[in-house]
Amino acid sequence: MDSSEIKQLKLLANKARTGAIIGTYHAKSGHPGGSLSAADIFTYLYFKEMRVDPENPAWEDRDRFVLSKGHCCPSLYAVLSLKGFFDWDELLSLRHVGAMLQGHPDMKGTPGIDMSTGSLGQGVSAACGMALAAKLDNKDYRVYTVLGDGEVEEGQVWEAAMFASHHKLDNLVVFVDQNGLQIDGPVTEVAGIEPLDKKFEAFGFKVLKIDGHDFEQIKDALDTARTVKGMPTAILAKTVKGKGVSFMENQVGWHGVAPNKEQYAQAVFELKKQALEIKGGLD
Amino acid sequence: MAETVLKATRESFGEALCELAETNKDIVVFDADLAAATKTSIFQKKYPERFFDCGIAEGNMIGVAAGMAAAGKIPVAASFAMFATGRAFEQIRNSVAYPELNVKIAGSHAGISTGEDGATHQCIEDIAIMRAIPNMMVLNPADHWEMKAATKAAIAYDGPVYIRLGRLAIPSFNDPDTYEFELGKGITLHEGDDVAVIATGLVVNEALKAVRELETEGINARLINIHTIKPIDRDIIIKAARETGRIITVEEHNVIGGLADAVSEVVTATCPVKITRIGVQDRFGYSGPAWELLDNFGLTQPHIANVIRRVVGN
Repeated sequence: MDSSEIKQLKLLANKARTGAIIGTYHAKSGHPGGSLSAADIFTYLYFKEMRVDPENPAWEDRDRFVLSKGHCCPSLYAVLSLKGFFDWDELLSLRHVGAMLQGHPDMKGTPGIDMSTGSLGQGVSAACGMALAAKLDNKDYRVYTVLGDGEVEEGQVWEAAMFASHHKLDNLVVFVDQNGLQIDGPVTEVAGIEPLDKKFEAFGFKVLKIDGHDFEQIKDALDTARTVKGMPTAILAKTVKGKGVSFMENQVGWHGVAPNKEQYAQAVFELKKQALEIKGGLD
Repeated sequence: MAETVLKATRESFGEALCELAETNKDIVVFDADLAAATKTSIFQKKYPERFFDCGIAEGNMIGVAAGMAAAGKIPVAASFAMFATGRAFEQIRNSVAYPELNVKIAGSHAGISTGEDGATHQCIEDIAIMRAIPNMMVLNPADHWEMKAATKAAIAYDGPVYIRLGRLAIPSFNDPDTYEFELGKGITLHEGDDVAVIATGLVVNEALKAVRELETEGINARLINIHTIKPIDRDIIIKAARETGRIITVEEHNVIGGLADAVSEVVTATCPVKITRIGVQDRFGYSGPAWELLDNFGLTQPHIANVIRRVVGN
């Protein structure tokens, strides 16, 4: 990737973050913290990595994405909108009665959503099923899923991990968005999930550790994953919860709370400023 | 009438899957280390490339099946009713029923006729659990021929289905030459206006023997077989309530949440009549041979006949 491509990605991710703030503000609820931490991963997947067609969301040969940490959909919705799956204005009615955008992803109602998720630990199993279907049909589509680091406390994640390696699902990439925080506090204080890399290795995964906000590192990891044969890949992405909004960064309290009017204005101002800085770098 | 077939519905189910898979290449089957018991092993032997043992991990099995369905397959996920609907309830609710994915869930060893394994393996709540989930169809076939027809219909239907299978070999009572299965349609097996006996699953045959026995005593009981518990055949139930004025339900399930409640939901809203509930009376089972347990729990012909006599006598 050259520097202009990276700047484009940064601008898109910045817009996705803004979208998550707009959505949760208008919803007066939702999960901004994890939406902001995973925004760069969503952006890279949809704009560089995945084979998708917004004109034909149900295209049989498309790559699939499953947001296992379904509550972080506000920024995913923003990315899908930026990619052309639906209008940006849908974000204004996120979580409203009759709205297309549900509080957690709904594959029946939202173009571009490949699996309904929200109950933690379940999406990764569905991703395994999709990857296995590709193998069965000799299709070359790939399946991507993003888990939270709190989510890996769910036993089903490890049932799925065993399944994925047993069936040699090398067309499956499992991201863990390691923002380090869950609802009740820091992950390290709530439940001991470490050493996560050794756990995934022991479960038969190729494990890659990256900075989840660095597009070069996201790219390198996904490029490596494409070369891995006979086993699934886990990408452990260190991230900052609330990334991009100063008062939300690394704050447990911003897991599932929407910004009020003043906070919304402040957040949008900060994100606009960052966008200008990125654009300035383009000149 | 064709010869009586003595067969457990789990076996009829396994055979039906195999027959259907010959022409339907989208069928894939999952099990959770119980293939020999649920009889998906019949499919496994014939179509090993389309069979996946998920190990003892029912939650993941349902999730994988959901993903497969999202990719266009017709997955059938089997385990004991206890673990399929109990352990994996929430995966079924959120990953299958909510997105309305085309997954068929087969719960084998349902009811107390599971026998010697005892209470931990005798699922008496599966119908209640599955019935409470929106979008979920619930089937409980009563003999070999009905199970084969129900399996075919479940595969042809595009959407989530729970199908209840039994462990115990039971004699068939339907005639394959004349039998017709339609999803959501109850079947009147015996005409009569003194009382309506509404039964489901393995105990339908016991109820049939009971109403035939009572014919000789001048009691004309109507017998309705409900193979589709959800969506239930409202018309046949309302008609029975209007014409007989009293209903007896018979099921190998807790009397809470199963057929009795499904029937009661219909009649209380349309034509309230007294319902007498034959079933497991809100208690756990225990170890023992299946027929002894069915007898102990009042689910065999003589017990059903006695209840009918009592209800009609009143």
